[in-house]
Amino acid sequence: MIPAAFDYTRPSGVDEAVGALRDGGEDAKVLAGGQSLIPMLRMRLASPTTVVDLGDVTEMRGVRDDGDALVIGAMTTHDEILHDPLVHEHAPLIAQATETVADRQVRHLGTFGGSLAHADPAGDLPSVASALDATFEVAGPSGRRSVPASEFFVDYLTTVLEPDDLLVSVRVPKLTGWGTHYEKFNRVAQAWALVGVAAAVRRSNGSVAEARVALTNMGPTPVRAYGVEDALTGTAATEDSLAAAAQRAADGAEPSSDPSASAEYRMHLATVLTRRALQAAGGA
Amino acid sequence: MTRVSMTVDGVSYDDDVEPRTLLVHHLRERLGKVGTVVGCDTSNCGACTVMLAGKSVKSCSVLAVQADGADVTTVEGLAGRDGELHPVQQAFHESHALQCGYCTPGMIMAAVDLLSENPDPSDGEVREGLEGNLCRCTGYQNIVRAVRDAAASMRGTVPTAQEPAAEASAASTASTASTASSPGEPASQGVTT
Amino acid sequence: MTVTEEPHTGEVGRDRHRKEDARLITGRTMWTENLSLPGMMHLAILRSPMAHARITNVDVSPALRMSGVAEAFTGRDVADLQGAMPCVWPPSDDTVLPAYPPLAVDEVRHTGEPVAVVAARDRASALDALEAIEVDYEPLPVVLDMEAALADGADLVHADQGTNRCFTWTLDSAAAGTGDDARRAEADAEVLVKRRYIQQRLIPAFMEPRSVVVDPTGEQITVWSATQVPHILRLLLAMSTGMPEHKIRVIAPDVGGGFGGKLQVTPEEFIAFAAARKFGRPVKFVESRSETMLSGHHGRDQIQDITVSARNDGTVTGLSVDLKVNMGAYLGIITPGIPLLGAFMFNGIYRFPAYRFDCTGVFTNTTKTDAYRGAGRPEATFAIERMMDDLAAELDMDPLEVRRKNWIEHDQFPYATAAGLTYDSGDYAAATDRAMDLFGYHDLRREQRERREAGDRVQLGIGVSTYTEMCGLAPSRILGQLRYAAGGWENASVRMLPTGKVEVVTGTSPHGQGHETAWSQIAADQLGVPFDDVEVLHGDTRTSHKGLDTYGSRSLAVGGIALVNACRKVVDKARPVAAHLLECDPSDLEFVDGAYRVKGSPGSAKTLADCALAVFSSHDLPEGVESSLDADATYDPENFSYPHGTHLCATEVDTETGRVSIRSYVAVDDVGRVINPMIVEGQVHGGVAQGIAQALFEEAVYDDDGNLLTGTFVDYTIPSSADLPAIVTDRTETPALEHPLGAKGVGEAGTIASTPAVVNAVVDALRHLGVSDVRMPCTPERVWRAIQDARDGAAHVAHEGGERP
Repeated sequence: MIPAAFDYTRPSGVDEAVGALRDGGEDAKVLAGGQSLIPMLRMRLASPTTVVDLGDVTEMRGVRDDGDALVIGAMTTHDEILHDPLVHEHAPLIAQATETVADRQVRHLGTFGGSLAHADPAGDLPSVASALDATFEVAGPSGRRSVPASEFFVDYLTTVLEPDDLLVSVRVPKLTGWGTHYEKFNRVAQAWALVGVAAAVRRSNGSVAEARVALTNMGPTPVRAYGVEDALTGTAATEDSLAAAAQRAADGAEPSSDPSASAEYRMHLATVLTRRALQAAGGA
Repeated sequence: MTRVSMTVDGVSYDDDVEPRTLLVHHLRERLGKVGTVVGCDTSNCGACTVMLAGKSVKSCSVLAVQADGADVTTVEGLAGRDGELHPVQQAFHESHALQCGYCTPGMIMAAVDLLSENPDPSDGEVREGLEGNLCRCTGYQNIVRAVRDAAASMRGTVPTAQEPAAEASAASTASTASTASSPGEPASQGVTT
Repeated sequence: MTVTEEPHTGEVGRDRHRKEDARLITGRTMWTENLSLPGMMHLAILRSPMAHARITNVDVSPALRMSGVAEAFTGRDVADLQGAMPCVWPPSDDTVLPAYPPLAVDEVRHTGEPVAVVAARDRASALDALEAIEVDYEPLPVVLDMEAALADGADLVHADQGTNRCFTWTLDSAAAGTGDDARRAEADAEVLVKRRYIQQRLIPAFMEPRSVVVDPTGEQITVWSATQVPHILRLLLAMSTGMPEHKIRVIAPDVGGGFGGKLQVTPEEFIAFAAARKFGRPVKFVESRSETMLSGHHGRDQIQDITVSARNDGTVTGLSVDLKVNMGAYLGIITPGIPLLGAFMFNGIYRFPAYRFDCTGVFTNTTKTDAYRGAGRPEATFAIERMMDDLAAELDMDPLEVRRKNWIEHDQFPYATAAGLTYDSGDYAAATDRAMDLFGYHDLRREQRERREAGDRVQLGIGVSTYTEMCGLAPSRILGQLRYAAGGWENASVRMLPTGKVEVVTGTSPHGQGHETAWSQIAADQLGVPFDDVEVLHGDTRTSHKGLDTYGSRSLAVGGIALVNACRKVVDKARPVAAHLLECDPSDLEFVDGAYRVKGSPGSAKTLADCALAVFSSHDLPEGVESSLDADATYDPENFSYPHGTHLCATEVDTETGRVSIRSYVAVDDVGRVINPMIVEGQVHGGVAQGIAQALFEEAVYDDDGNLLTGTFVDYTIPSSADLPAIVTDRTETPALEHPLGAKGVGEAGTIASTPAVVNAVVDALRHLGVSDVRMPCTPERVWRAIQDARDGAAHVAHEGGERP
């Protein structure tokens, strides 16, 4: 298949890109790495009038150390993330999850910000960003603003980003002394996650001081498993208590039933995978 | 139309293209590089894999305009000018790592990319590293073997131990069941493991 | 027949690296899509979004006003020109053969059915114009479920036919005189096991999407197509459209896989043919993967009700099969014949004294089904191999013990089965013993017991499949009895060039199998010429005018014999020439290693090349010898080819998530004598991979409205390298008795064998939990659910105070 025709612009700065989006109107689309957008264009599931290619916006690329946090440019590719020593040191959960995203070719072009802004509920990185309490830096016609992960994802394939907004970077707090793990369950290597669990656990004297758990594909947006987090905090980090807490993973989640998996099975997987993720992240 | 310049397999090209033109269609239809093929609409099969600025990409999921200014290598540009095959091509031939050959250009390019990052992958690493390329003919077993053989030859060493299964299979010779036409032959003289 | 002693210069049996590779690994290939002709128009096809509807209006005029669009037409516009899609295998007198126009005229009966066509200067313009075409549909009831379709008062796929039943077909060993009465065996059985197995619908998913180019500007209309069957395509284009056969030339250039999926003549080929004739200009149609998934034929899709009668000691006494087979909305080239290819195989390698097979073909509003690797035989083999495991479980026997008790012993060949076939040769014990050794069967059984006793989260399962199959399609006489319209012979010719080089022309049409290499090996041995001196020509009706193409593991098993026979004719024709050159009597000559030698005088010799040159100049030929060494042979087999083997699979099943991992897989196949072991092993690898894919990964799924939910590789999950295990292969060799080289077919064996091995292993891992079946594909959810259901069932029984039977 071949995409429908569109106008194309390749700005070289954030402000120029926001301007291009504003000029493009409702039907303008941002092209980051293109690894989700271009297949959609080919299938003509999307037919934008204008495509704004961020490939030349170099200021949106790269990872920098910002004290207690990392700032990851939205145009940083998955491949760059995987080779970035800062990410491995301060946000290994991102590296681990990124390694499971698609395949090598897609990771060479696909971007961190693109995955988050696309907001596919089966995507791995939204739940990771959620578990890490990341903050999204957004540029729009009226300037820049910060959006917490808990507010960024709105619905299926929908974020707070307005048509003329741009996700510029993501601020990820460093989790020093935490254990983290991303547990992904998919049918074949190429498939999207049926369910994924991003877990971060801080232990102190044999008990869980803090825990964050977020689930992939358990609803239209990433789901924070607050029930699990509450149950864990302050308990002994034993296999049994982790397993008991994991039982609450699907509390309140409303996953979809689709040909890949029923909601009931997803609920079940969520508890099993959460237990495994917790054991890997902070198990005894 | 947008002006696009790129170097493909060592030749530079300047063209006006429609922005919607996919890199693979630009390669095939404008530049005549028909060695790179399209196998799907969803960037699953990887048959269209080429190297863009030194890294493997699926050229069906890249716009030609995105490749502006870049260096592209396709399967047609892998062999030396004297026709000497790239070690990965040679290994695919010697290990019977292809049957119909449709996935082969992409598979070879993906393998070249993998080996550029990991010059000595295990069987498991090859299998994971090629997850973005589908083959319907070979069951992948000889592809894995070919990539490891190519890796060894590129490192200038002999291959290290392969997965036991592949080893047994490589070493296997037909054992002869006792039959009317071959009386007296031992019933089994197959794999020695 | 006897196995003849072959001249051995050592090519046959060698791991020759393939000739085909040179172009395929460097990108110098000739796929149909690569072709571009002057003045060529690109076609795009508008497809129905409805599974069943009346077309009340189609307006292509808005498309005609778009940039670059030259033509647009509907089924009505080409009703006289387009012909009708043929089905050449109606199994019974009363087979319903519905009208099947390439481009729908009044009604659409499955999603994806072609409705209108645009011809434009490039593909993008043609695709753009499709969006401008306006079609009005009046929805009709959608029929999807086979059993509902057969019920009284069911909605109809073809209202004019009055039924959704396409055909019924029965094979009864008592009636045919090939065995006892299966119904009586049931009545007398000490043990009766009844099972329903579901063969899910699959999509062949060859890697090269189909494409076709038609050039009407020459004296012959030339059709390039990504097809397995160029000869059959030419014949059926002629018979269906009325275009004289000699005015059509078909070329299958490099073809990227088929697996039966390109054993078809397609609406797209017919549409392109009609368009080229209508416009007098070359046209090209290249389909997208999504179109392949929707419109290329599917495979399998059967409901199998199986009953085995047995004695308490495990001896089988009878087998009954009741099969419902989904035809889809229309009949493709051999759609209704596919289950007949399985009819003779449900009894497998076992000595069933009584056998009955009933089959019903059913129309539904889905894409048609047709051949997919194995075509009927994987379905049959799956059912019997699953059943033998279930019988073993019922009798608390080891699955291999039940098989040993019932299989045909080596000294019982040739063996006439209750299904009416005569298996020529085999040694099931030898293959099984070898497989068990390689697999470490007893050690794995021990580990399985330990894990069961420990209640491990991950349980171990061992799956067995001891299969045979009938391939080498096919004896024309039997095809005739089964009402197949054509024969099953194959043709080869050998052209001796003056310099001693050889051109082999074959009627087979390879698309990945490596015929160019294997045929060169055979010809090199037969003619005593170097491997590199042989060129193999195929896939163009102008050079290879006669052939029946490649499918059903027939190319070597049938075409290989034609080649050997043609080579022998060449050797015979050259003999008097050599004798003349050597001034001796032909009967004094022996042909060894490519040269005629005077017996007892080894110094005097003339090679075949010497003879070829002498014949070329023809200055001095013996009386009555024609100036040609070329020869042609057509071979029609007397019997099928019966490869067999034993596949063993060990799975690890995570009882918490239901995930199945294959831990080890051993395939010991007996495909007779082997021409090129490397190629044979590759066929087994790929075949096993496709069988595993059916067991664990793949299924074509429709929603309630008849929309294909698995229409891309995102949803139709074919396995990557990361999803498949390494496979241990080995062979035993029991030569085929009726093949001069002793060879049997191998193309489909791996696929036929592997699916039940894997599913048996999945079920075996869970039997102690009360699981007796898992539907394919055995997805994690299905496995998990089977465990839950078994637990719930056990809890239910326990609650009522009973014990699980």
